[in-house]
Amino acid sequence: MIAVGEQAPDFTLRNQDGEKVSLSDFAGRKVMLVFYPGDFSPVCGDQLSIYQEVKPEIEEKGVELVGVSVDSFFAHKAFQEKLGIDTVLLSDFEPKGEVARAYDSYVEKMGFANRTLVLVDEDGVVAWTYESPNPGEFPGANIIFDALS
Amino acid sequence: MPDLSSAPVPPAGPDDHVRGEGEEGLIVYADLGCPHCAAAWQRLREEPGRLVFRHFPVAAKHPRSPALHAAAEAAGRQGSFFEMVDSLYADRGRVDDPHLWERAQRFGLDLDRLEFDRRSPETEARIKRDFRSGIRGGVAGTPAVFDACTLVAVREREF
Repeated sequence: MIAVGEQAPDFTLRNQDGEKVSLSDFAGRKVMLVFYPGDFSPVCGDQLSIYQEVKPEIEEKGVELVGVSVDSFFAHKAFQEKLGIDTVLLSDFEPKGEVARAYDSYVEKMGFANRTLVLVDEDGVVAWTYESPNPGEFPGANIIFDALS
Repeated sequence: MPDLSSAPVPPAGPDDHVRGEGEEGLIVYADLGCPHCAAAWQRLREEPGRLVFRHFPVAAKHPRSPALHAAAEAAGRQGSFFEMVDSLYADRGRVDDPHLWERAQRFGLDLDRLEFDRRSPETEARIKRDFRSGIRGGVAGTPAVFDACTLVAVREREF
């Protein structure tokens, strides 16, 4: 897991609409990167669905929620539509998992990112991190609010 | 608005939806649109002692859930909360508004009042109160079962 206090590695990935999004686009704002294993998995669906329910309150705290997984942006679009969520989903697709690796979140033997949260502050510095003990568990939304309080 | 940082789930209170009797018992955070909750409910409802039901509708996962929780809450205003919950879980294919009206008639409820109550701000606030307490308690999927305010059962999944 990337260490708190490090400069967050910049990246440019496509979002669910195929548009390029860079971490540096969020300069001056806080962003919570939500690395998750994959679209359409049961736990990922629950995680993003529950986060969606409290997303307005996360945003009230000045934080943008951004999901990242190794899926293609086409899959992201379908997943977003299936769940009825509007969280931005970024495609860490090719080279596969490059960004997850840069944040030391990639699980080589599984081929996807572990379930991790990384709060990047207004200056692009890692302010807080959380890594689930295994991909089958996800941090409840309370953990996000603990980090933001 | 109070924050959503971690806090133990509240113990059973006088305005909780409680089935059974006793000083001790389970508290379940459940989604009325969730098939896993429906399956678990068949066992939970047979548990001895007190059982507290708390609303945890996740609309993104189950778009019909908010309406179902509102209907149950409104039925509860007329003394039929658990009748509605049992019925919704027992017959998950019939959850549109006409099906809710049919249930209301079957339970002998005042339909106009049910329709008013399920759309009221008080109902919305009551459901949100439960949901928020679940979020603060770390509910990350339904059903989530607490014993003495400690999480004791969740669905286990690989990822």
